[in-house]
Amino acid sequence: MTDTHSPDEPRRSTVATEVPPALAVEDLEVAYVVRGIPRQVLRGVSFHVAPGEAYGLVGESGCGKSTTAYSALRYLPRNGRITGGRVLVDGSDITSMSDAELREFRASKASMVYQDPGSALNPTIKVGPQVVEAFRILGQSKTEAQTSALHALQRVRIADPARVLGRYPHQLSGGMLQRVVIAMALACNPRLLVLDEPTTGLDATVEAEVLDLVRALRTDTDSAILLIAHNLGVIRSMCDRVGVMYAGTVVEEGDASQIFDRPQHPYTVGLLRALPRRGLRKTERSLATIPGALPQIGADLPGCVFVDRCELATHECRTVPPPVVDLGDGRSSRCHHIDRIPEIREPEAGAVVASEGETVLQIAGVSKTFRQSGHDVPALVGVDLSLADGETLGLVGESGSGKSTLAKAILGIHAPDAGGELTLDQRQLATKISKRSSDDKRAMQIVFQNPDSALNSAWTVRKILRRSVQKLTGLNQQAADDRVAVLADHLRLSPRHLDLKPSQLSGGLKQRVAIARAFAGDPRIVVCDEPTSALDVSVQAAILNLLAELQAEQRTSYVFISHDLGVVRYLADRIAVMYLGRIMEIGATDDVFAGPHHPYTEALLSAVPSVDGEPSTRIRLDGEIPSPANPPSGCVFHPRCPRFIEGTCDREEPPMVEVSLGHVIRCHIPPDELRVLQARTAAAADATEVDAVADSVVSDEPR
Amino acid sequence: MLPYILRRLVLALVTLWLLATIVFLVANVLPNDVGRTILGPFAPQETVDALNAELGTDDPMLAQYGRQMKALVTFDYGDSYQSKRPVWGILSGPLWRSAKLAFYALVMTVPIAVAAGMFAARKRDRLSDRTIVLAGLASSSIPEFVTGSILAVVFGVAFGWFPVLASFPPGTSVVSQLRFLFLPALSMSVVYFGYIARMMRASTIRALEADYTRTAVMKGLSQSQVMRTHVLRNAMGPTISVISVQVGYLFGGIIGVEKVFNYNGLGQTVLIAAKAKDLPLLQASVVIIGIVYMLSTLLADIVIAWLNPRARLELGS
Repeated sequence: MTDTHSPDEPRRSTVATEVPPALAVEDLEVAYVVRGIPRQVLRGVSFHVAPGEAYGLVGESGCGKSTTAYSALRYLPRNGRITGGRVLVDGSDITSMSDAELREFRASKASMVYQDPGSALNPTIKVGPQVVEAFRILGQSKTEAQTSALHALQRVRIADPARVLGRYPHQLSGGMLQRVVIAMALACNPRLLVLDEPTTGLDATVEAEVLDLVRALRTDTDSAILLIAHNLGVIRSMCDRVGVMYAGTVVEEGDASQIFDRPQHPYTVGLLRALPRRGLRKTERSLATIPGALPQIGADLPGCVFVDRCELATHECRTVPPPVVDLGDGRSSRCHHIDRIPEIREPEAGAVVASEGETVLQIAGVSKTFRQSGHDVPALVGVDLSLADGETLGLVGESGSGKSTLAKAILGIHAPDAGGELTLDQRQLATKISKRSSDDKRAMQIVFQNPDSALNSAWTVRKILRRSVQKLTGLNQQAADDRVAVLADHLRLSPRHLDLKPSQLSGGLKQRVAIARAFAGDPRIVVCDEPTSALDVSVQAAILNLLAELQAEQRTSYVFISHDLGVVRYLADRIAVMYLGRIMEIGATDDVFAGPHHPYTEALLSAVPSVDGEPSTRIRLDGEIPSPANPPSGCVFHPRCPRFIEGTCDREEPPMVEVSLGHVIRCHIPPDELRVLQARTAAAADATEVDAVADSVVSDEPR
Repeated sequence: MLPYILRRLVLALVTLWLLATIVFLVANVLPNDVGRTILGPFAPQETVDALNAELGTDDPMLAQYGRQMKALVTFDYGDSYQSKRPVWGILSGPLWRSAKLAFYALVMTVPIAVAAGMFAARKRDRLSDRTIVLAGLASSSIPEFVTGSILAVVFGVAFGWFPVLASFPPGTSVVSQLRFLFLPALSMSVVYFGYIARMMRASTIRALEADYTRTAVMKGLSQSQVMRTHVLRNAMGPTISVISVQVGYLFGGIIGVEKVFNYNGLGQTVLIAAKAKDLPLLQASVVIIGIVYMLSTLLADIVIAWLNPRARLELGS
């Protein structure tokens, strides 16, 4: 993406500019005081963002990217101190401002959009006064501010702004709230707009809408953007330049596409190889991991900050801090051994073989209806599925699509409605978990997204695992201890880890313990509910590798729920796409990705910003997922479907059409026709890229 | 909202019924010769029996319970066993006095405690915060009759600034009533200051750390604007709940304080009625205290719902 100025503004020149950068961070050092001792978290961070430019900061949690972002508005936690360096916004140093100057600066020069829009607005005040406030602070009168607020919401393409202004935050959806927050942030036409994980936690389709909005707004402001996101695809699709951070230092900087295609720092290389990119499958190779862990904050790092985890490290790296090497074209890397980067090895080809096993689990006609304040809410409707021995079935769909309900129905946590049948190894399975035999319970286990709440924090890892082993297998203490040791070995947990409590472990290790717990009784099926969503990329890679290896060894079947299509594509043999409790498409992973797709799958796929910079087909969905209590007539997807056929889709339930062997789509449009339509859209998207999306408007239909 | 209030009122009736039943049972657990208690150990047995027959206290338990329940429904507790005067006539004086004292103590405590809590939250972990937390903790852990005695000795006896006895003669002007009631109100206040201030501090800290407060600060609002518009409203909820529970306590009379300052409030009345096994008086006082308690918590929930639309949502469902 090129920089975007309004035509009459002076453009960023290639020669040294006289216009001050919108943001200049110079040798910034920040420390957090922990138990009375200041511990350094930023170790001399420097970068510039030109007016109108979008700059992305990437790195794993703890690398200091959020601290940097918040320092740019001088909003640090209570124990945070700027101990050195300067932060210049539009030429003025904010580190030396008085409180009053800082307020004035925040009101008029800089704004921020946050992660989790649901909590960014005051729950006790209507949206209107909160937006108005952002204009009142600029000195507008009450009536002026009210008009401005209305315009501001129109600007972020909210269909019925007057109505939204009169609502409380909890009455709006996440995507709508994020638009409101963006509207407030843009109130002062800021010189600098900081976006801190603005789409994390939003559904892929909503994320795409919010990103489109920010992209479109960039063309009519010349705000500089500083974007923090752990999702590298988001960064690539939004940013002109990128800084890669590690342990409080910018280790590599440069043009976004260059960084992602030709990384020049060992950490960036590791980070990118840990991602399942370019349609990588587990059958091709395992994911690269970065061994070791981030140094503790405040650790003394005399040499290169990445030295402990770098395979190129030499003695020099331990003792001499690497210089910032200018690579030309605005690229730089902090490494002693840039010339040796190509030596970094790719992981070898994986030993994982796709399975053609016998059917383990058969699900037929499973529905689940919840009763909610006197209404029937169908969360699952007539789901048929089968799962083969050693197979991974990926479940994808937006939140509310019924993925988790299906998983819970399989496990018997939510007993399905009468009529649904579950068969495990050709035996009929009781639908309620309380009616299942201990063998059946042992056969099916789950790994949750958040290991913190799944593991007893008062117990040691050994006790947690021993109890699971004993509960599931009935082994005696001695045998159980032996089994725990074997499990720990499989999961690469060292004996030292066994004597720690979950709170003393990192997120990745905790998830290993949770997986070990699930594997305690040699399960036939493990349901993985977003098991890597809360983890960093390199840790995610290790967990995915582990899951793949365990499966290859033990022929366990997985039901793998994830919102990350790259991850699902990597791990899953087959994929089921769910919408409003129904399976809209199911098939082998390659077939589902190759198409023809169900229009909903097509939308999901095109919503995901790619780290590989592939142009996406960009079909966008209007509105939000309807309430399952009141599903649309005919095809439940028709109100949002871009390929909707009036008179058919809204009247008749679509049939399940087999596209190829085992690849089934629930759609009225014949597969061949879909293929033609989808090829046409892709071709058109290649030509126009961004502009086509600018006109869609969202309304706030109550959820 | 309205269905919610109705449901709460129905629940309140159930609670009152339970309360009355428990009081009835407790009063009858002990050896129970009401006539003997009233007439004293030297009265002839026939007189005692006659009195018991007259009062109905020799009736079977179930019949007595039935009468109590009828009284609860009709709100007519008849005459006191002991003094033969109508219960409501006996109660009206102490009731009014307790209300006055409770209200006085609340007015004295709440604004200061809320302000102190917010102040402490803003100065978190600094000396002023620690002082307020410690003072609150200390003051609420000393029983009120100790506080009351100390205050009486210091301000009443040593300095002579306030009367030691709170029971003012009839016809005392409002201003001088305030003087009479100052020390007992202050002793109650000292105890409850700690609870309210610490709750306010905790909920203010939570609000200060919330994302919406960050949004407000980043908008460039001043600290006082942030506190007023964004923090206070969110922080008040839990504090209001605490206050409402204490209204019940304060109203029920704090016997220690009433004793120390010789103030004839509800607390003393309950005590006397219990000692004399004066069931009508006891039941009526307890039911009144129960009603005040329930009304104050209901009012608190309504105020919280008014402050916070999400709480409103929970009430609605």
